[in-house]
Amino acid sequence: MSADFLYGIEVIINGLMAGVLYALVALGFVLIFKASGIFNYAQGVMALFAALTLVGIMEGQVPFGHLINAIFGTDVHHFGWEVPALLAIAFTVLIMIGFAWAVQRFVFRHLVGQEPIILFMATIGLAYFLEGVGDLMWGSDIKTLALGLPQGGSLAVEEWTAGLGGDDFYGFFIDKLDMVATLVAAVLVISLVVFAQYTKQGRAMRAVADDHQAALSVGISLNFIWVLVWSLAGIVALVAGVMWGAKSGVQFSLSLIALKALPVLMLGGFTSIPGAIVGGLIIGVGEKLFEYTIGAPYLGGATENWFAYMLALIFLVFRPQGLFGEKIIERV
Amino acid sequence: MKDTVEPYTTPDGRTIGGVLMDMRNITLRFGGVEAIKDISLNIREGEIRAIIGPNGAGKSSMLNVISGFYNPQEGEVWFRGEKRPPMKPYQVARLGIARTFQNIALFEGMTVLDNVMTGRLTHMKSNMLAQAIWRGKAEQEEVANREVVEKIIDFLEIQAIRKTPVGRLPYGLKKRVELARALAAEPKLLLLDEPMAGMNVEEKEDMSRFILDVNDEFGTTIALIEHDMGVVMDLSDRVVVMDYGRKIGDGTPDEVRNNEQVIDAYLGVAHD
Repeated sequence: MSADFLYGIEVIINGLMAGVLYALVALGFVLIFKASGIFNYAQGVMALFAALTLVGIMEGQVPFGHLINAIFGTDVHHFGWEVPALLAIAFTVLIMIGFAWAVQRFVFRHLVGQEPIILFMATIGLAYFLEGVGDLMWGSDIKTLALGLPQGGSLAVEEWTAGLGGDDFYGFFIDKLDMVATLVAAVLVISLVVFAQYTKQGRAMRAVADDHQAALSVGISLNFIWVLVWSLAGIVALVAGVMWGAKSGVQFSLSLIALKALPVLMLGGFTSIPGAIVGGLIIGVGEKLFEYTIGAPYLGGATENWFAYMLALIFLVFRPQGLFGEKIIERV
Repeated sequence: MKDTVEPYTTPDGRTIGGVLMDMRNITLRFGGVEAIKDISLNIREGEIRAIIGPNGAGKSSMLNVISGFYNPQEGEVWFRGEKRPPMKPYQVARLGIARTFQNIALFEGMTVLDNVMTGRLTHMKSNMLAQAIWRGKAEQEEVANREVVEKIIDFLEIQAIRKTPVGRLPYGLKKRVELARALAAEPKLLLLDEPMAGMNVEEKEDMSRFILDVNDEFGTTIALIEHDMGVVMDLSDRVVVMDYGRKIGDGTPDEVRNNEQVIDAYLGVAHD
């Protein structure tokens, strides 16, 4: 095998792994959109908030430290203890569930039956509110997420594959963190599918996603399911926040990963969980491969920034419902 | 009002028991419009009770009050001898009152089997984890639920379409699947909102047969709405007639058929 071909494969593998991270963010959108028809603009900020909270708890930071100091003239920053990662994750999950409940109780319960655009505007408000709260609670400095996840290229893979392509080929470079992210995402997706297919609450969730009135008539509480769905989206956001945060530090630009999820959703369809995953993978591979074969040699590089949006645009023209979305048929 | 009613046996051998559901002086308003004006009616255990009336008479509103989709401004709802506080529809469903809808509300993306299984949700008790891991009690429960569902699917003769997504079915079959889902809850009271609307004669006959069989086989108490008088008279034990939100007749089909107010409402003729 020629070295060029092997490098091409390496690009595809790395693209797949980047795609998994896109899929993680998109998954959060799909969960909420499917069950309640709300396009949750705040999903990216939820990822940021979850990651901030996780770091804050682990480092024993005092929540609202700056605020307390400013009001009472004190100088508190840290409790002086460190919380083990697993315990901190459990706490963060609890906080995300609390957040889900609050969103339902204080925002969407009052907006039942409103136009989708109004619900969407509410989530924009929610995004800015949550960003502000995150800032106020944990401060705005860039934090490192010290979960002990492996970093850097995997030497094992590199050595193992080095002999494949003759002397020119030095082996595949694969980021260890990406490998972990892929594994975690796979576990997350499988658990979500098992949950949706085989549990009472999962069945109820699918029912609500399909028809609200019918769901009510078989004894399903819409409020409960919505809190459940926002909780799940919060947990997915936490996982996405951890993976992206471990890659590039926990900082406020993390909330912008939501923008990366948009083309994924347009490709995969807003209502399909497999769609989010396949869409993420296609965009991950597509942008890396495009950069490698056309972008870098002919267009001066940096095509990764816009490739996904261009692909989404093409899809909007030819297949607006995405690959797996429900076809929109207007009956007259 | 006679609350204590003696059980009796119908000519075809079914036993009609005491009052299951008692609506007392119900008034329902939407803003200034009174959809239901001070109506009282009861439903007895084991009977087929019909609510009929011309379009806009308030029949559907009445059904929505019974099933908790609307809460009336005035009046009391008594179910199984207890006064029912204002409730959400899902709470009413958990009490054992199942319903179908005039415009069919099914889970279009799911198969027929999955749709009917959702009817069992109120009967599922095992916790989430056990169900996900699929062991022990949860498995027994799933098997038991499946048995009930399969029995109903057999009963309504929809075995052939068990695995078909509901969205692909024709109208008449959808109505039957909706009935199956309501039956899967093993309801104490089954509410049918125009079960025969939009059907052709053959489909109507099928549906009538199923309604009678359900009542006969499972002893299910059924309250149904129709504006097709002919069908209703053959099916039901007792009929309530509504017009412009008022009750204008209540009794056996024969009594109602000869009620002058009812004839007026339906034919709109003046008589001397």
